Amino acid sequence: MKQGWIAGTGLNVLLLLGFAVVCVLQGRIDAERQAIHEERDELLMRSPGLVKKMSLEYAPLMGAIYWTRAVQYYGEKTHDQDRNLETLWPLLDITTTLDPHLLAAYRFGAIFLSEAPPRGAGRPDLAATLLERGLQENPDQWRLYQDLGNVYYFDAKDYPNASRAFLDGSKNPAAPIWMKAMAAKIAADGESPETSYFLWRDVYQTATDPAIKKTAESHLRSLKVDLDIKAINAMADAYEKQTGRRPKRMSELVQAGLLTEIPMDSEGCPYVLDEGGKAELDSNSPLRVEKLLDKK
Amino acid sequence: MKNVYTVATNTFREAVRDRVLYNLVFFALLMMGAAILVGQISLGIEQSVIVSLGLTAISVIGLFIAIFIGVSLVSKEMDKRTLYALLAKPVERWEFLLGKFAGLVMTLTINTAVMALGLYVALWTVKHPLQSSDVYILVAVYLILLKLAILVALALLFSCFTTPFLAILFSAGIYVAGVFAQNLRTMQTVDIAPAAMRILKAVSYALPNFENFNVMGAVSHGRVVPGALVAHATLYAVAYCAIVLAEAAAVFSRRNLK
Amino acid sequence: MSNPAIEIENLSKEYPTGFLHLKTKKSLADLTMQVQEGEVFGFLGPNGAGKSTTIKLLMRLIFPASGTARILGKSIDDVKMHQSVGYLPEQPYFYDYLTATEVLDYFARFHGLTPNDRRLRVEMMLKKVGLETARKIQLRKYSKGMLQRVGLAQAILHDPQVVVLDEPMSGLDPLGRREVRDIILELKREGRTVLFSTHILSDAEMLCDRVGVIVGGKLRGVGTAGEIVGMKTEGMEILFELRCNKNDSPLVSRATRTGERYRLQLPEDELYATLEELKAAGARILSVTQIKPTLEAFFMNLVEDDRAQASAVEVS
Repeated sequence: MKQGWIAGTGLNVLLLLGFAVVCVLQGRIDAERQAIHEERDELLMRSPGLVKKMSLEYAPLMGAIYWTRAVQYYGEKTHDQDRNLETLWPLLDITTTLDPHLLAAYRFGAIFLSEAPPRGAGRPDLAATLLERGLQENPDQWRLYQDLGNVYYFDAKDYPNASRAFLDGSKNPAAPIWMKAMAAKIAADGESPETSYFLWRDVYQTATDPAIKKTAESHLRSLKVDLDIKAINAMADAYEKQTGRRPKRMSELVQAGLLTEIPMDSEGCPYVLDEGGKAELDSNSPLRVEKLLDKK
Repeated sequence: MKNVYTVATNTFREAVRDRVLYNLVFFALLMMGAAILVGQISLGIEQSVIVSLGLTAISVIGLFIAIFIGVSLVSKEMDKRTLYALLAKPVERWEFLLGKFAGLVMTLTINTAVMALGLYVALWTVKHPLQSSDVYILVAVYLILLKLAILVALALLFSCFTTPFLAILFSAGIYVAGVFAQNLRTMQTVDIAPAAMRILKAVSYALPNFENFNVMGAVSHGRVVPGALVAHATLYAVAYCAIVLAEAAAVFSRRNLK
Repeated sequence: MSNPAIEIENLSKEYPTGFLHLKTKKSLADLTMQVQEGEVFGFLGPNGAGKSTTIKLLMRLIFPASGTARILGKSIDDVKMHQSVGYLPEQPYFYDYLTATEVLDYFARFHGLTPNDRRLRVEMMLKKVGLETARKIQLRKYSKGMLQRVGLAQAILHDPQVVVLDEPMSGLDPLGRREVRDIILELKREGRTVLFSTHILSDAEMLCDRVGVIVGGKLRGVGTAGEIVGMKTEGMEILFELRCNKNDSPLVSRATRTGERYRLQLPEDELYATLEELKAAGARILSVTQIKPTLEAFFMNLVEDDRAQASAVEVS
């Protein structure tokens, strides 16, 4: 019957129109809510114990969910260039309480809780706590000892504890040989660019998390500069010994046969010598900015 | 025992015809969606998430089926009076009860087996060659099934002497309590009198300890589940079900049908 | 001297009433009764009289407060005895996701028949109750009458010696009732014992060898229909037609009128005098019949008595 057909189509058209109106309204509401959106990191339940109880038997799944939140949180904060990362610890605390075997969370926390802002939360103490828990629950994971050692060495500047961490980690038969040597070196020399470079290079090579890799890469670039400068300065000292004065330009070192060519940094800008005859980065080099940030 | 088998197969047939098993379609879709989504969030934990999600879904869906259908097994027959003609046959009331239990457990077994298969397929799409340690996922599913069997027995028991609504409430309540039974036993609170502690401890033994059957944490990270645990958990489930079903049979034997 | 197929001794049933279920009320009080082998026994009474209660007690669906009963000499607690007993529940309902064949097959399995035997019996029963064409349709699509027939089929499927039917005619149209009546008569011919409850008196009068009347949880009388109400004739009834409106006759005013027909009741000895009077008044006599006391009247009296007693008790 034609009448019934028309009524039916009419109804469908009305429904579609209705949905279109709803979509438009939703867009408006989204825009309005964005305007009144308050910058508060919403974590309704901060107690890991409570969250674990609320998860009944499904804690590992909730752990995965909280881990996803933690990663998203970090991503958003760094994207917005927000230096305030104080919710990172509770998120990781809850994640590892729900799923104590989620290694990725411990490793992430090791780096991004410990590092100074803007890259991290600047709380090496919390990172150490997290890693201690990780080691308690996963005693066979020697990499956590490595991470712990890194936290003590780089951010807490606590060389005795760093050395001990590397030593404990080396006891695991699966651990690489260098850990034992590293323990000794740190105990003896404390911080040195060679040690730092080595440690970051291992992190860069073995990390799977892209954020961690990116951070490691950045550190390596900066450390490479330090190492390069150290090497060039050694050449400059040799020049001074040879000629009795500090070199004024890089070309002098090349002419003296101490360098095969003018050294470049990783961005392709040549190193220069300052008034005191010490090497430094070219003023145009983008690495200069990075180094300044690092110093904070 | 033949009567038990007859009732059991009829119960299974009812579940199939009642489209109970259609939940499997929902589960399959969920798993597919999860596999696709997880591929986007490559945080190195794809396997862990799929296994956790899959086991959670199997557990929760199974829970709903065990409690809701478990309660309706007896109450529906009493409400609709289909039970009248049945009990006038040479059948004992306990045979009827046991048959209902067996039928639903049979249904749940098929259900969880298919869901486990779906889980493996989703896992395979994310992580191509499956490792030998992945067989423990099946062990986790089996333990979930044991847990569900206990819940069916409890649902049956409650439905024998209260209304369906209360039976569902009690069953759900015992489930939650059972999840925390372990905590109750190992609680170290200072402020409780020793007499109260003893009572709490006794209660923790009386409650079904569902933590016994929860190996999601281990399995989602590819760890091994010891065979001894599986064997003991099986015995525990059998013993607990036997106790609950015996109680249900006793209650039902003297119940006046309205 | 036949043996009793069903023996009931002092059977009582109580149920809790009142606020907080503290008081009890007797739904069945000290019932003692026997049903002989091979007879059709009608259990009569109004709704709530205790017929269904008695039958459910017999089938062990509910448990007595006191008293015992035996079927075919075995205690009602003996579930194996159910092998020789068939039961049709009141307003039967079966698994609506099954077809008639499947339901009957399901019930048949509890009787330990061989698969072949089962198949044959089920087919035979479907034919007997007239459900052969509908046998593959799911019960959810069945009418009430069809469900009643399925119920009857499952009750007699296993060749039981005793058949207990709770309100077998309820909800059936006249054709259905006729069919059930025929089946009951056939069961009797086969020598089985049939106990059925009903509140339809005409059915009881037509089918039963004996009748037990139960009102308010008490048995009021057992015997043949005639025995209960007595053979006394209570008078005569004249059916006549009166065309012209000669209202002067006192007889006409005593009669009940429907249109042009009149019905007049009078004692037997006044019959011929009344006929003369009517003839003089110009009435055309249509019929003259005896008024026999019916079960219905006996029944009604009992119900009245019972209600009077109940309200008397309440007042006191």
